[in-house]
Amino acid sequence: MIKLFSLKQQKKDGEPTPRSGNQKKASAAQLRITKDINELNLPKTCNTEFPDPDDLLNFKVIICPDEGFYKGGKFTFSFKVGPNYPHEPPKVKCETPVYHPNIDLEGNVCLNILREDWKPVLTINSIVYGLQYLFLEPNPEDPLNKEAAEVLQTNRRLFECNVQKALRGGYVGSIFFERCMK
Amino acid sequence: MSNSSSSQGHDSSSHRWNHLKKVLERPGPFCHPEFECSPETLNFLMSSCKILVVGAGGLGCELLKNLAMMGFKHIHVIDMDTIDLSNLNRQFLFRQKDIGSSKAEVAAKFINARVPGCNVVPHFCKIQDFDSDFYRQFHIVVCGLDSIIARRWINGMLVSLLSYDDNEELDPSSIIPMIDGGTEGFKGSARVILPGMSACVDCTLDLYPPQVVYPLCTIASTPRLPEHCIEYVKVIQWPKENPFDASIDGDDPTHLNWIFEKASERATQYGILGVTYRLVQGVVKNIIPAVASTNAVVAAACATEVFKMATSCCKPLNNFMIFNDIDGIYTYLYEAEKNENCLACKPSSIPKYLKLTSNEMKLQELIQLLMDSPTFRMKNPGLAVNIEGKNRTLYMSTVPSIEVKTRENLKKKLSELDIHDGTKIMIADATTPNTIEIVLSIPTFMEMSNE
Repeated sequence: MIKLFSLKQQKKDGEPTPRSGNQKKASAAQLRITKDINELNLPKTCNTEFPDPDDLLNFKVIICPDEGFYKGGKFTFSFKVGPNYPHEPPKVKCETPVYHPNIDLEGNVCLNILREDWKPVLTINSIVYGLQYLFLEPNPEDPLNKEAAEVLQTNRRLFECNVQKALRGGYVGSIFFERCMK
Repeated sequence: MSNSSSSQGHDSSSHRWNHLKKVLERPGPFCHPEFECSPETLNFLMSSCKILVVGAGGLGCELLKNLAMMGFKHIHVIDMDTIDLSNLNRQFLFRQKDIGSSKAEVAAKFINARVPGCNVVPHFCKIQDFDSDFYRQFHIVVCGLDSIIARRWINGMLVSLLSYDDNEELDPSSIIPMIDGGTEGFKGSARVILPGMSACVDCTLDLYPPQVVYPLCTIASTPRLPEHCIEYVKVIQWPKENPFDASIDGDDPTHLNWIFEKASERATQYGILGVTYRLVQGVVKNIIPAVASTNAVVAAACATEVFKMATSCCKPLNNFMIFNDIDGIYTYLYEAEKNENCLACKPSSIPKYLKLTSNEMKLQELIQLLMDSPTFRMKNPGLAVNIEGKNRTLYMSTVPSIEVKTRENLKKKLSELDIHDGTKIMIADATTPNTIEIVLSIPTFMEMSNE
């Protein structure tokens, strides 16, 4: 038997393990996304759409909230997974124009785990849950669409009204939203 | 153990540790030949050695108590479960008021309050919620789990932390030993795994009996056992009638009562005796009876191995101990052998091969093989392949939009999918933490003889 621990050995946290024999291996991103996709476990309000099933790095997630302000709406998000995944988060955009404090009119999404709080241990599944949560609990503290956030903070009823207008297709202020009911 | 003031226990000079010092600071005929007795060993055990306990249930409670009393101070514990009334007879760190709370958190709090100087850090989550950076910080991982999938996952994680030099030599400092305990009624086992060196969980997968699954045709048309009646209600009648508009919750008495009632009706119809509420509970929740004393014996063996491993004072168990006290006490030790073709612990730079008889095999048959074969025993394999730099998804059952588009591949022969001898396929499955790559080995003469 080998003596496994020299007595004072302390482990260094996060030290990368050197790997040898770099023979041709599928990219780490590819291996990891295959695992993520195979283990997807989504609530019935969320669906995925793979335009090309061979390309697991680019796909869409469709969320149809069944409660909250956005009940009855249907929102499509595009996911682009880069070669540095999971060390970098995927790029996620909302393709459906939506009146939402944390989603701007270009489709940028403000969700902590898509930026500052991303960790490689998170998965596609965690992001989808995060997105779904945004529809249940829009967060006016951290706005991308400032007007919407302000309305949510000052007049909840008006906010609800505006969301309904946008969902059914129509103007909120000077901005036109296309109908996106389920 | 002394009941003097708590401040005494904090450093290794306290006589609280006299019993450990007798082992660690004196030479003896039973020591490991390379063991050097010195006060440094106890110091390492108490100040540096970091242990991960996976599971805070029957074995976990025993393990935490044992390790804390042995002087280990840096212990982490993971458990995703909460405390249930039925745990309290043997999971002695929990009380009635703790029902519904996290096992890991309550166990850690109890030990920290009870054992001066010990710091147990709880993690109320799944093992899969952590990545390699988390697992790498430990010197030893000890498992008290009730699931083979979880054991394989931890095993796969520890194997993935191994590093090899250019000559395929394993770097011993990258090894994190895994001590694995298991119990089932009066039977138990304890084993020591040195990932990359000795047999790992996946090397000996065929030791675990496959889960009891009754054939659908038996439970549907020719039931003979009370279990068949219960399974029928669970698998066929429930989804059809969907009585509570929900999937079965084994902890919900209204669900269990419904199943009990329907299973009893069916049993009467077929003249089968023995359907009871308890049996319904057992079949639905897959309950294995737990015996406190078995847990105590197995956890003691595991904790002793952690101690031996941490101090090198004695040769570790080599490497698989089984214990049975149904009739008297029986125990047996043998050396499980490393499987040179093990999917999990073969160094990743050495390709893993899967031998097929012919590439006339259909994709569906390959997937079935991955699920049935004793070396793989996969649950929901998703397959992809990279042909000349282009990725192709062969089949994935879990994602509806991919399943629909890849379903027709199932009926195709491997040759029609451009899969030949030497093709490397990627397989993702719930039983491994990472996607694995396997090189298919298909004898070419078969192709010729088919012509």
